[in-house]
Amino acid sequence: MKILTGNDLKTGDVVWWDGQDWSRDVNDAVDVGAEADAILAREDAALRVNAGYAIDAQRTADGVRPAHIKDRIRALGPTVRLDFSLKPADTDISGWVL
Amino acid sequence: MYQYDHYDQAMVDARVAEFRGQVERRLSGELTEDQFKPLRLKNGLYLQLHAYMLRVAIPYGTLSSRQMRLLGDIADKYDRGYGHFTTRQNLQYNWIKLEQTPDILADLATVEMHAIQTSGNCIRNISSDQYAGAAADELVDPRPYAELLRQWSSFHPEFDYLPRKFKFAVIASETDRAAMRLHDIGIQIVANAAGEIGAKFHVGGGMGRTPMIAPVIREFVPALQMISYAEACLRVYNRYGRRDNKYKARIKILIHEIGADEYRRQVEEEFAHILTLGLEPPAAELARIQSFFADPSFEAELPEAIDRSDPDFAVWLDQNTVAHKHPGYTVVTISLKPIGGIPGDASADQMRLMADLARDYSFDELRVTHTQNIVLPHVKKADLYALWQMLEGAGLGSANLDLISDIIACPGLDYCSLANARSIPLAQKISARFADMDRQRDLGELKVKISGCINACGHHHAGHIGILGVDRKGTENYQLSFGGSEAADTSLAQITGPGFSEDGVVDALEKATEVYLAQRSDGERFLDTYRRIGMAPFKEAIYG
Repeated sequence: MKILTGNDLKTGDVVWWDGQDWSRDVNDAVDVGAEADAILAREDAALRVNAGYAIDAQRTADGVRPAHIKDRIRALGPTVRLDFSLKPADTDISGWVL
Repeated sequence: MYQYDHYDQAMVDARVAEFRGQVERRLSGELTEDQFKPLRLKNGLYLQLHAYMLRVAIPYGTLSSRQMRLLGDIADKYDRGYGHFTTRQNLQYNWIKLEQTPDILADLATVEMHAIQTSGNCIRNISSDQYAGAAADELVDPRPYAELLRQWSSFHPEFDYLPRKFKFAVIASETDRAAMRLHDIGIQIVANAAGEIGAKFHVGGGMGRTPMIAPVIREFVPALQMISYAEACLRVYNRYGRRDNKYKARIKILIHEIGADEYRRQVEEEFAHILTLGLEPPAAELARIQSFFADPSFEAELPEAIDRSDPDFAVWLDQNTVAHKHPGYTVVTISLKPIGGIPGDASADQMRLMADLARDYSFDELRVTHTQNIVLPHVKKADLYALWQMLEGAGLGSANLDLISDIIACPGLDYCSLANARSIPLAQKISARFADMDRQRDLGELKVKISGCINACGHHHAGHIGILGVDRKGTENYQLSFGGSEAADTSLAQITGPGFSEDGVVDALEKATEVYLAQRSDGERFLDTYRRIGMAPFKEAIYG
């Protein structure tokens, strides 16, 4: 699947396109198919996202998994500060990025 | 330490106001990201992997306690309660909100700090010896010369759009503690045969994808012509440095391509011309700056004896303090490398504590080291035990300066959008593997440096053991190298061979230490043994 990510313009938070809005949770990301450029152009113009781009991902039993490790770390948060991660209570979650 | 005059403060305040307007225009949509990006970068604001990152300049690594305290307060008020001290002696905040950035810069300006020229193709923060003004082995304090260069290079209109970023280091001792020859320009303050002070210019060093050790371009430039000579060096680079390929745009490539002799000839020609223009700051300005770096009021006849009856304190004392130029005092390094910790990170509380300790024990002064530690430069020997106890209580008492767990690591793929692999988890694994203090001390000085990409922010080329993280088909892979040094015996590390997984590289590193222990002669460091016996025995152990 093709999903969209970027950063919130004001806060810099990593965000994912959920079909209607931008979510902080990668698991909300939806497949945008061939619409990536159009959505990004519209959202960028509306100042709803900054530095947006499309990536490959898979929907798995555990949720949405970006294809590249860099985007998995963006999705999770720094693996060395799990207190700031998507799942701060899961001490084994850093293995998810591998 | 240097204090802003009216002009310094006015320039910084004006920049804050200017950037506030630029941020407002970006948030309103008046500026696109493409238009805004070069403006924010000029103010040290990056968009990193997870958020905006703000890089705060710490000129030549010197901080007052008031400044360090504010850095801690900013970490609490605007970030997530911590900051990261970098190999450029700067501080980075990892979780900055764009809309709050002007307020942060305004807060910084209240303590004479800013983020100007911490990014972009300009002259960056000037680094120096973290022991400046305290070291027993220095000729003079190098910081007045670094400050003069800072003032010359700040907002220098001719050098605002160089082919690529440009880094200076200034030292004044034979013991290089600033990786001086691995900078675009490395200056050593020296004395000539007549005892006059001047600058020895090394130009064209650097790390990154093409590491080079800077050749000497001039043995002696009179101190009062240093700025003119630097101007000449930059002018030749600005004229001929490549702008068509960012990977070949650093001055080291220019000098490599035209040769040091031809570069020197052109610089000398330009220098002769500049001298006729009278651009050099007057001697009174250097004297004015030097007056800010006068010795603090050291006390006389202080006791030299230190009670070593606490064994843990004695280890820290031996490992983390060095000789001071004044009797009764010592230089203390506060390690930001606890076992399993994140190299260079300090919490807001730790920053405030270090500020308090500097106020109470070190004439209000701290230094940031390029190895991502903090120095209290002027501590009475009589105060060391009390100081150490407070450091211990705050997780700042690691006795590992220059040992295997005192690892330089860039932020890597955990934070950096340029990185290919993570650096910090590897540093944590290595320090955990070698946590035993006796084992670390038996291994002696062993500098491990880890970069998460070829840009080499973790100085892996200069590591006794260097590690470079690469992306191999979407998987983190680590290249191991041996034999680098950033000290006076500067050398570039050589790659051992095929790369390793994260766990594999820790195992390989451990095998290398076993080779060292088996083969070392009396007094040899790991680096010395490697230089004597070469790569082969290490490769045999690692890959055999």
